[in-house]
Amino acid sequence: MSDRNFVLEVEDLGVSFDGFKAVDGFNFYLNRNSVHVIIGPNGAGKTTVLDLICGKTRATSGSIRFKDRELRGTREYKIVRLGVGRKFQNPSIYENLTVLENLELSHPTGRGVFGCLFFRRTPEIMGKCLEIAEQIGLADKLDTEGGILSHGQKQWLEIGMLLMQNPEVIMLDEPVAGMSVRERQETSQLIRKISQNRSVIVIEHDMEFVKEIADRVTVMHMGKVISEGSMETVQNDPKVIEVYIGH
Amino acid sequence: MIFFRTLFKTKGEAISFAVFVALIAIILPLALPIFRLNLVGKYLSYGFVAIGLVLLWGRCGILSLGQGVFFGLGGYCMAMFLKLEASDPVSTSIQTTPGIPDFMDWNQITQLPWFWEPFKSFTFASCAVFLLPGLIAFIIGWAMFRRRVGGVYFAIITQAIALILSLGIDGNQGFTGGRNGITDLKTLLGWDIRTTGAQYTLYFLCVFLLLASALLAKYIINTRFGRVLMAMRDREDRVRFSGYDVAMCRTFVFALAAMLSGLGGALFVLQVGFMSPSLVGIIPSIEMVIFTAVGGRLSVIGAILGCLIVNFGKTAFSEAYPDAWLYLMGGTFIAVVMFFPDGLAGILDKSGTLKAKLSTLGTGLMKKLKPAESAEKASAAVAEIPKTAEP
Repeated sequence: MSDRNFVLEVEDLGVSFDGFKAVDGFNFYLNRNSVHVIIGPNGAGKTTVLDLICGKTRATSGSIRFKDRELRGTREYKIVRLGVGRKFQNPSIYENLTVLENLELSHPTGRGVFGCLFFRRTPEIMGKCLEIAEQIGLADKLDTEGGILSHGQKQWLEIGMLLMQNPEVIMLDEPVAGMSVRERQETSQLIRKISQNRSVIVIEHDMEFVKEIADRVTVMHMGKVISEGSMETVQNDPKVIEVYIGH
Repeated sequence: MIFFRTLFKTKGEAISFAVFVALIAIILPLALPIFRLNLVGKYLSYGFVAIGLVLLWGRCGILSLGQGVFFGLGGYCMAMFLKLEASDPVSTSIQTTPGIPDFMDWNQITQLPWFWEPFKSFTFASCAVFLLPGLIAFIIGWAMFRRRVGGVYFAIITQAIALILSLGIDGNQGFTGGRNGITDLKTLLGWDIRTTGAQYTLYFLCVFLLLASALLAKYIINTRFGRVLMAMRDREDRVRFSGYDVAMCRTFVFALAAMLSGLGGALFVLQVGFMSPSLVGIIPSIEMVIFTAVGGRLSVIGAILGCLIVNFGKTAFSEAYPDAWLYLMGGTFIAVVMFFPDGLAGILDKSGTLKAKLSTLGTGLMKKLKPAESAEKASAAVAEIPKTAEP
């Protein structure tokens, strides 16, 4: 069922660690230019799904198709170069480098060894860095070292580093964890903005935040999908209510 | 100008480099007799390994305890060429088989082994000096980094390789000269390398190549590749998920460090006149790491100075107390790792910043006491602060 509208099709994906099935028979279809949120209780396997898609963990079964190309078994850096970006749960930026250098290092020009050695900062690259810095609200912090940014700014910087690569799919693992209310609002605006011309997968716990950003929601429990649809459909699904309130 | 900026980020860096050039290219040759200068040349040949370790260990966080392997390979390539030149049929006419190296004759070998044949060519030998270590490091590095072998496992494996190679050379006397090594080297393309004039020339050749290598390393550190090296050290996953081939970048820097080490080995042979397995194994490999650590593993110039200082210390101290030297060196290493992780260069860097702070404080105080005159003095004092800024 290859549909042109799906940028990413994950079918029957599974992985087991020493017999424990962390993800099992996972199906997931990502629409173009939309925000798809994955929610679920702790240990449901949400982060593992992202790890499987970006190649950090090797799947034991199933397929991951990105624009009709199989990603399973492809090396991480090649998946990135194809156009799938990944943000980690803890802000993962280069603390010793400035905001500008962080962004510049993420620019796709010259990612080979010799490309790096003979890399020159062209006006185009500089322009791109400024444009992204503007978008993530760090335009006045270009020369600030990454390490001394606030927690929220670090999260935005990492999103900016993904945007530099101009990927078609961006995966964000708990982007608003530890953020203030205002920072959350700005982040949800940022996510809405970046999803205008690319698809975003978000893992999140904060239901208010999910309501604000999600076009579609997938609920995971014990490595399986238990419900999928719009936020309202999912919220009224008895299975979901049981998982969250039951026991 | 852009190129110059890539080499030296600050004025302080350019000044400290100029001071260093003056030291090894002018002051030491004028101040020291040729015997001592030849020793300096020998220490500077370890400097090539140290430059490689700055890139590999300091910048990229990969500790190799087997750099002696590449130093040795480069040295042996040069020594084999020189030995073949010294073993012409006339001067070896008393051997059973004239025209082959003496140690082969002692081991009843009657024909030059196949892998010695190409070393009759100077072009081949001088290319092999850095290409062979580079190729071998590339293969080892690729095999390990592709499988994500790193940290302490990488250190142990490289150390094992150093042991294997030194034992292999040791145990095959007929082919390699065994424990004695390759000795009695005389001429390079007919030019006697044992004369005082030749030793001066070789010293300056060594200095020239060392400075060129140091500039290359400084250039690399300040390019995007240099930033990728540090980024891989601190945030490996982020680099990988920014689309970089981490394994390839690491392999490249490992191979580059090996090529520099090989060049150092060849210059060692030319200046010292022999090569032996004692320069290949675990102890020299660890010693080279210590030189780098003491001098400063983040600083190219610092690491080279580390080679000079530790080796001068070794010479002076072991002449007086031969038994205590190893303990002293081990103690120094522990002290550096525990208290000064950035080595001497780091200490100088910090004291430079501290002095600057103190003198600004001093200027402020003096201004209050004696406004006009003291301010002049103070600003002169500030200008005199040695700029030792190395990142």
